[in-house]
Amino acid sequence: MKRTGAVVAGVALLALPLVVREAAVVNWTFLVLLSIALAQSWNLLGGFGGQVNLGLAAFFGIGALLTRVLWLGGVPVLAALAAGCSGSVLAGLLVGAPSLRLRGPYFAIGTLAMAEILRLVVGTTLPEVSALPSRVIATYHLLPRYYLILLVAAAATLAAWWLSRARFGLGLVAVREDELVAESVGVDAFRHKLLAFLLSAGFAGAAGGVFGYYHPSFYPQFAFSPVWTFDSVLMGFLGGIGTVWGPVVGAAFFVTVREILALGLAEVHVLVFGLLFILVVLLLPGGLVEIGRSLRRWALARATPKQHPADLAGGT
Amino acid sequence: MEIWLQNLLFGALVGGVYGLAAVGLALVFGVLRMLNVSHGELIMLGGYATFWAFSLWGVDPFASLLITGPLLFGVGVVLYQALFGRLVRIEEEVKVQLSILIGFGLALVLHALAIFAWTADERAVTTAYAGRVVPLGPLVVPLTRLGGLGVAFATLGGLHLFLHRTDLGRAIRATAEDWEAASLMGVPVRRVYRTAFALGSALAGVAGALVTVSDAISPAIGLGWTLKALIVVVLAGLGSIFGTFVAGILLGMAESAAAFAFGGVFREVVGLVLFLVILIVRPQGLFGRSG
Repeated sequence: MKRTGAVVAGVALLALPLVVREAAVVNWTFLVLLSIALAQSWNLLGGFGGQVNLGLAAFFGIGALLTRVLWLGGVPVLAALAAGCSGSVLAGLLVGAPSLRLRGPYFAIGTLAMAEILRLVVGTTLPEVSALPSRVIATYHLLPRYYLILLVAAAATLAAWWLSRARFGLGLVAVREDELVAESVGVDAFRHKLLAFLLSAGFAGAAGGVFGYYHPSFYPQFAFSPVWTFDSVLMGFLGGIGTVWGPVVGAAFFVTVREILALGLAEVHVLVFGLLFILVVLLLPGGLVEIGRSLRRWALARATPKQHPADLAGGT
Repeated sequence: MEIWLQNLLFGALVGGVYGLAAVGLALVFGVLRMLNVSHGELIMLGGYATFWAFSLWGVDPFASLLITGPLLFGVGVVLYQALFGRLVRIEEEVKVQLSILIGFGLALVLHALAIFAWTADERAVTTAYAGRVVPLGPLVVPLTRLGGLGVAFATLGGLHLFLHRTDLGRAIRATAEDWEAASLMGVPVRRVYRTAFALGSALAGVAGALVTVSDAISPAIGLGWTLKALIVVVLAGLGSIFGTFVAGILLGMAESAAAFAFGGVFREVVGLVLFLVILIVRPQGLFGRSG
């Protein structure tokens, strides 16, 4: 049933910009898809591998900046995207190879350091706003941007689905649950964490690349802002990390609520969602998807009173 | 040559405050096994306390330590009771990760609150002795920074005495060593946790006061200070207060040297490079216990 739902949603998203001609709707859907791609990218390592990446913005920013500079320099956009993506993966290798070997907080510190230092360096070396030149604006179309981000979001979700059932993903979850036990049954913890991280960095870079191709004008430093990391982690936790659909639900919920609240000031937005985030981490580690599961279990238990509730509670 | 020495000296003076900032973070991590990545925001709060004490009542920034320290101690107690204290029972690896996530959310919340309360503008205190320098051979030493280094050193000396000469200090060290054994010996582990967290927060308050003496502050400075403190902790390794202090001074000097040799942008880059090199070469840190 889930698969049918996914296919229906996919077809609807493919048809959307052809049926709905309003740019506002397409732009909004673009933002949701971008958020899904980012939340899913964090989820691939953070949710399945249990490693806290506090520098997702670094990989998003590298992808955005490289892609934009190359594309505006005359490189075909797909090649520029591939280059941006590779740049992110390389940066991931640089910080991940030493820090993921060790347990404890080293990986979180390393990724945070990389993001913040890149933000400062980019801010000083490229202080000017990066605006699309008029020749590009004249031929600007939303459609290719929309389909590119749809592709990235779908591929990232597919990757999460693959992790949830492939041997590699099971190894990764085993490392998350108990690294020592996983190692003792033959799972190479370092290799699993590093590969998942590179996959995650690659998707963040691809999402950034599409953003660099999409956005008419932004300060290069903006693409490295810690808010990108924060929003991604928040959306993941809201929906439920370590699941395939959690980040999708979380991203849709987050972007919708943000629009409804129409939080103009960035500070109000951060304040509201920051508090929400702390509450979710403390009180509801399973996220919205877990609430849905509990409700279904509860409904099921009511519908079949003969069965003892404990049998159901033990499931999933 | 002289200009090199002057730069290194200046870096060392700045680095003393890095060391102080890092000791607070290391104390919390060493005792509670939680990484508070909102440590820099606590430094920012301490900085604002100093700024307002100076602007409203004319309290000298160095004297304001007596306000910011206890004030941030109180903030630490509240944060521990409301947030971090809820994690103490969780298994160690998960606890570290959850504390990082909560600290990250808290950092953004405190940043946003500070903008509401005091706007995003930069603030600075200008004391009568602000521009004064002390000559040292051919070099000059800015008075406020020298005072900052002195206060940082004295604070850490006091902390050392507290941890080694008082019962509560010994209980904190015992808990850091092995909380289960400490608990069996009758150490009230939860109270020790709360005290250690509040003490780390108070140290952030003192560091914030010292930052405000010589530099402008704004709500955005938190993340940068957290990062400096984290890099110093990784550089030093856990287990030695004065090792952490020395590592802070080393980072300050390395930053100054890099900025002078290659340009201002490299001031920030050198921290990341040092961090990665330490992880590869000596993950227990320069002064940490091995294993």
